[in-house]
Amino acid sequence: MESGLLANLALGFGEVFRLQPVTMWGVAFQQVPFNIIMCFIGCLLGTLIGVLPGIGPIATIAMLLPATYALQPVAALIMLAGIYYGAQYGGSTTAILVNIPGESSSVVTCLDGYQMARQGRAGAALSIAALGSFFAGSVATLLIAAFAPPLAEVAFKFGPAEYFSLMVLGLIAAVVLAHGSVIKAIAMIILGLLLGIVGTDVNTGTSRFAFGVPELSDGIGFVAVAMGVFGFAEVITNLEQKEHREIFTKNVTGLWLSWADFKEAYGAVLRGTTIGSFLGILPGGGALLSSFAAYTLEKKWSKNPETFGKGNIKGVAAPESANNAGAQTSFIPLLTLGIPPNAVMALMVGAMTIHGIAPGPQVMTERPALFWGMIASMWVGNLMLVILNLPLIGLWIKLLTVPYRYLYPAILVFCCIGVYSVSNSEFDVYLTALFGLLGYVFVKLECEPAPLLLGFILGPMMEENLRRAMLLSRGDATVFFTRPISAGLLIVTAILLITILSPKIRKKREEAFQEE
Amino acid sequence: MKIRNMKDFLAGLMFIAFGAAATALAQNYNMGTAARMGPGYFPTVLGGVLAVLGVIILMESFVVDGEGPKNISFRPLILVLLSTVIFGVLLRPLGLVLALFALIAVSALGGHEFKWKEVLVLFAILASGSVAVFVYGLQLQFPLWPWSN
Repeated sequence: MESGLLANLALGFGEVFRLQPVTMWGVAFQQVPFNIIMCFIGCLLGTLIGVLPGIGPIATIAMLLPATYALQPVAALIMLAGIYYGAQYGGSTTAILVNIPGESSSVVTCLDGYQMARQGRAGAALSIAALGSFFAGSVATLLIAAFAPPLAEVAFKFGPAEYFSLMVLGLIAAVVLAHGSVIKAIAMIILGLLLGIVGTDVNTGTSRFAFGVPELSDGIGFVAVAMGVFGFAEVITNLEQKEHREIFTKNVTGLWLSWADFKEAYGAVLRGTTIGSFLGILPGGGALLSSFAAYTLEKKWSKNPETFGKGNIKGVAAPESANNAGAQTSFIPLLTLGIPPNAVMALMVGAMTIHGIAPGPQVMTERPALFWGMIASMWVGNLMLVILNLPLIGLWIKLLTVPYRYLYPAILVFCCIGVYSVSNSEFDVYLTALFGLLGYVFVKLECEPAPLLLGFILGPMMEENLRRAMLLSRGDATVFFTRPISAGLLIVTAILLITILSPKIRKKREEAFQEE
Repeated sequence: MKIRNMKDFLAGLMFIAFGAAATALAQNYNMGTAARMGPGYFPTVLGGVLAVLGVIILMESFVVDGEGPKNISFRPLILVLLSTVIFGVLLRPLGLVLALFALIAVSALGGHEFKWKEVLVLFAILASGSVAVFVYGLQLQFPLWPWSN
């Protein structure tokens, strides 16, 4: 096992640093470490967009996806992963300096990070955020490398019934752990599933919900859905608010942590990493939940909880470590089971599909270089981010002073060009506008769009597995309960549902999410 | 009966509408049997569940208090969406550069401030950047000008 892990990581690092011939702008270069360059560009773009408030990681990935079309799958996935955790890093900078979360997973970082900045300790806050994230990222990378192979083994034993039940559990758990109304979130999932099955039915060739539109017979493009519901709706709601920002740019000095700061924070980093790594793997987990949980627990365990929210360094260290750990370990269910645990990972499924890779346990055995290369790139990417974030902080601060009225047309330009280039069709551009409108309605009616995206990606997979399971059992629906693994998954789902819908727990949960 | 939570009331109506429409449309497809599900089976079930959830949300809106939707401003909503549609319409006949100009100018009208000078500078930067990166760098297929078809 141990030596296997090392050999796998060696294979991965070899892939990341591999030299390959590349043609750019018509010039053929020999021997370029192309993957590492793409990792760097991904991290840079991710940080750049993460720093900007008002564009979440989902919109960011959807927006930058077209930039990867021309690339080899390995380079493309390395770049997309870089964008994702780059956005996590960038979000913390904005939270600390502007008191606006650059990403939703940095919401809790605002509480103590901004207070630290006001007290002239912005440098220490930024450093602990970056170093804590790096530590968490390194641990999470090792965890993925260690746990992916045994989990993939398990996944190979799954039949269609198990897969269907697993997806049901994943979708329900995603709702329970997310915030907002449970029942509305479940409705959003089902709406997502319905949108997902628009297009030609693979088994019979029947065109469903296509309304005679030829473009719809291939299904609704996931880029159009993600960009519309997240990107466009975010832009429009941002435009409704007046701009107001107070930025601490002058007193960012002394980027290195003092020994006292370090001693105070390292425990929080360790705890944050543990919580984040665990919550990232759970369906519905990931960066957002991890950061909330880590902050709440850190405050609860603290001897002097009253110092939280007033510039306690632990209040920055714990959630920032946790969100990075969670962001990365949420790759585990995606890479081993092929099932995305949250909306960002759902987008990665779409991205992998565009590059001709079906996510699932077979990726590891059939494309080991791609699989391990992606994992190794995560560690390399984390190292790059520390290097990018700390010395380049001045550049990111400058970026924050750019007014939103320059930024949002740029976002729209990226979205429009990107969505058009998916299949060179104007129809996708119109579809994005339509989903933008729908996304805006969702925002106004407080319907969480993330479960919709998760359902949208899982829709076709779920129907396919349901049909296969029922075909194999000759129409006997009890198959989901007589097969032990499937039954176990469904029982867990039922317990989750009952627990969450019971009025007492429901109230507690609402309080927990209200706290911040 | 008084609607206590306008947001949930409307959300319930929305889900009922989507669910009913899905179930109704799915009747045009073969249902099949439980063992051999036709293309109509899954959407019929999903549509039904969605409509039921919609009804529950709707009923709750008469019982539990909540705020109605607020801060709806139509200006950014309409102009941002319109600029996107205009981009799609103009792209093939007029080419990427002019379509981008329309996109940037119309969407800029949706903001709080509009200055022609700024819009022109923004257009110059974004258009040249997009052409360099997407058309020449990544080799994506775009007509650039009205005459390049």
